[in-house]
Amino acid sequence: MGRFSLYNTNIDFLRWRKLAMIWSVTVLLIAVGSLLVRGMSLGLDFTGGTVIEVQYPQPMEIPKVRETLAKAGFGDAQTQHFGTSRDVLIRIPPRGGQGNAATLSNDVLHALQSAKGGAGVTLARAEFVGPQVGQELVEQGGLAALGALAGILLYVMFRFEWRLAVGTIAATVHDVLFTVGWFSLFQIEFDLTVLAAVLAVIGYSVNDTVVVLDRIRENFRKRRKGSAQEIMNLSINETLSRTIMTSFVTLLSVIVMYFFGGVVMHGFSVAMIVGIVVGTYSSIYIASATALYLGISREDLLPRAKETADDRP
Amino acid sequence: MSTPYTLNQYPWWKYLLIGLVMLWGLIFALPNLFGEDPAVQISGARANIAVDAAFQNRVAALLDADKLSHKRLELDDGRLLIRFPDTELQLKAADILKDRLGRDYIVALNLASSAPGFLRAMGLNPMYLGLDLRGGVHFLMQVDMDATIKQIEDSYVDEIRVQLRNEKAQYASVGRAASGGVQVEFKDEAERDKAAQALRKNLANLQQDEPGPLSLRLTLGEPEIREKRDFALQQNITTLRNRVNELGVAEPIIQQQGSDRIVVQLPGVQDTARAKEILGATATLEFRLADEENDWNQAATTGRAPINSRLYKDRDGQPVLLQKRVMLTGDSIVDAASGIDQQSGGPAVYVTLDGKGAKRMEDGTKGNIGKRMGVVFIENKTETKRVDGELKKTAYTVEEVINVATIRDRLGRRFQITGLDSTREARDLALLLRAGALASPIEIIEERTVGPSAGKENIAQGFRAAAIALLVIAVFMTLRYKYFGLIATAALAANVVLLIAALSMLQATLTLPGIAGIVLTMGMAVDANVLIYERIREELRNGNSPQAAIHAGFDRAFDTILDSNLTTLIAAIMLFGFGTGPVKGFAVTLSIGILTSMFTAVVGSRALVNLIYGGRKLQKLTV
Repeated sequence: MGRFSLYNTNIDFLRWRKLAMIWSVTVLLIAVGSLLVRGMSLGLDFTGGTVIEVQYPQPMEIPKVRETLAKAGFGDAQTQHFGTSRDVLIRIPPRGGQGNAATLSNDVLHALQSAKGGAGVTLARAEFVGPQVGQELVEQGGLAALGALAGILLYVMFRFEWRLAVGTIAATVHDVLFTVGWFSLFQIEFDLTVLAAVLAVIGYSVNDTVVVLDRIRENFRKRRKGSAQEIMNLSINETLSRTIMTSFVTLLSVIVMYFFGGVVMHGFSVAMIVGIVVGTYSSIYIASATALYLGISREDLLPRAKETADDRP
Repeated sequence: MSTPYTLNQYPWWKYLLIGLVMLWGLIFALPNLFGEDPAVQISGARANIAVDAAFQNRVAALLDADKLSHKRLELDDGRLLIRFPDTELQLKAADILKDRLGRDYIVALNLASSAPGFLRAMGLNPMYLGLDLRGGVHFLMQVDMDATIKQIEDSYVDEIRVQLRNEKAQYASVGRAASGGVQVEFKDEAERDKAAQALRKNLANLQQDEPGPLSLRLTLGEPEIREKRDFALQQNITTLRNRVNELGVAEPIIQQQGSDRIVVQLPGVQDTARAKEILGATATLEFRLADEENDWNQAATTGRAPINSRLYKDRDGQPVLLQKRVMLTGDSIVDAASGIDQQSGGPAVYVTLDGKGAKRMEDGTKGNIGKRMGVVFIENKTETKRVDGELKKTAYTVEEVINVATIRDRLGRRFQITGLDSTREARDLALLLRAGALASPIEIIEERTVGPSAGKENIAQGFRAAAIALLVIAVFMTLRYKYFGLIATAALAANVVLLIAALSMLQATLTLPGIAGIVLTMGMAVDANVLIYERIREELRNGNSPQAAIHAGFDRAFDTILDSNLTTLIAAIMLFGFGTGPVKGFAVTLSIGILTSMFTAVVGSRALVNLIYGGRKLQKLTV
């Protein structure tokens, strides 16, 4: 593989910070716009309803399944293949009047088994989520995301400096909005595992950013010369090969998960792939550029207690 | 900087420590290598049914008679475990055994770890697989607390009527108020005040207020509501526990969640329709006077009960003759708790009835002191069976006498049942009395079922993804960092071993998202090594000697590694705090993975580097 020439790079990243900001703001506006206009394609976990995944011993055509279900009184069911042509996924929206909602999956399976060619149908998965549960999951998911952001903000403020903390949060919010916007724009189903992935993206994005921040702090303390922008540029360049290596390796493992982890893991993997890619970009641009806009200077990062005692050149 | 040869050497105890940690990891991860056997687990349905060596022989004979080949039988802690070579035999055997052994035994499907006995004896178990990996049903049930409070208020309506009549207070009407509570309307204020005073004395637990000039409202106090809600929840949990036993599930989980919910997890259960039927069965109680005039055993042998009586059986199968007339039903029971009798010091059950029930009890017992009274536990069940290819639902009831006791006194609102053999019997009786009390409505608000083949597929795919990811990372790291890449791979492998060991030790539930967490951790775990190696390269480029570069690389990267991992850990902990089910599984593996990876990537790989490069004179270093 040789060496990719990421060493001694001297790219003036922050020269383009205006361009980056414009780009990011535009993309985020698209994301938010899509969220407002198209909304999310929320999965069963959040909307409530019933999902049943069945497996036929032989390939089965969807219209036939649909017909059987309509006859049995499930005209509102959505039916699609899931993975192979033998696997069928049936979605039934939440029905008013609780009553038999809990026995719905059994009734559907029974209807399919009684139909022609349905003798060997087996149940692979059935999920029923009541409306009250879905509402709670939405709230808990939002709380988890906010809690994670708040916790990280405090940590970075404590370990670094508030401008960098704000920059980190800006980068993280950017990544989360981008990922969620992606799911909205392409109407990919957003379920509980995708939510977990989004929270993992928060963790990953911060992880990535903190490495750059660490170097910025180190360089501010070590070098006496150079403007804040120069030092930040230097730090980003110095950590560039690591940033790209780590993102690449993590990306590899997530891509493997997408292809080999089964259909259930698709949403999760897509969220992680998108999150890692934008997370890499944001840790280079958003975090430091934001701190720069907020007017960070060398003095802000010098160790406070030792400030006067430390006279080393 | 100078280049002392001693720079990259660990003291011997550090190697020892790392060796010990790895040994611990290998031992705890070991049981996961053996896989699991499909098994059938048999236990006694009641305390007095023995599962012993004689029973083991009986079961072995049954299995041999049907030519059901099995791996082995194990007797352990009152349970018999039979291992089978495949699932087909397991299912067949379970059906046959259920049929032959009857209702005295609980026959449950199980997956038993096939790790050798000495490992299990040491308390070493494989990872606990979640329902999405082993197949099974998860229910989340909600107790309808509004309905519960309504039921209680309804019973107070009767009680208040009785009280007012006793006090000769004239009232116009008594009923549940729309806004909650019980409202009494009067014709004049004097009567209202008289009634208010009487009720304050006799029903002191109710709060009074006056919404209108001629009305009085009584509401339940906050502590009482809390108590009733708790009772309703516990009652349902108890009932569900009883039912689940009947389903034959080896490791059921029935837990309270929040203030009004119950989680039921039934690993291995496939027939969800049947599970719902059994869980949804309702129970009631009947108090009947015993038939003292006829011979119970004679009735049992002829199978015919005298005209005014009914023939029952108690829990040990002994006949009991009770009068046809029902004195009281379980709806009147407000509470039942086991305790110790003040006079005799023996175990006792304390029963509390509502007002209407107390009245009926008084009337029923006052002329019958010295006679016996029986309590019948009645379960209403439905069963769906395939008859000529058509599914048919049939309803049936199971009746059983759970207690017969002599009436010592005129019984009222509170009474006790004594003469029980043990505290365990008292506890069981109290449980059944509570289960038969007026049930709080309960509904399934979430269900997740995973078929057994789907579960197996999930595991296979998850582990394949993890293995491929490990391989891809190993290849890539080696290409990029040469020997150091190999060291990072070794550290990564060690990380996976430690992670599996920690999960096995904690018996944390491994779910499919949990496996995703493992895969993700692998990607992120190499980050620490990447940070270190890039730092070493940087130091080399700055003109440092190889040894000094290694030293500085590890040293300086550490702060960064700590910061970046701690922030990820914060996100993982938040996820754990708010997540449910499978997502929690993801948070668990991610958190543990972060901790173990810090150890392996920083300490572990450092030790390897020190062993290989430390204390040598290095001219050149390939990173």
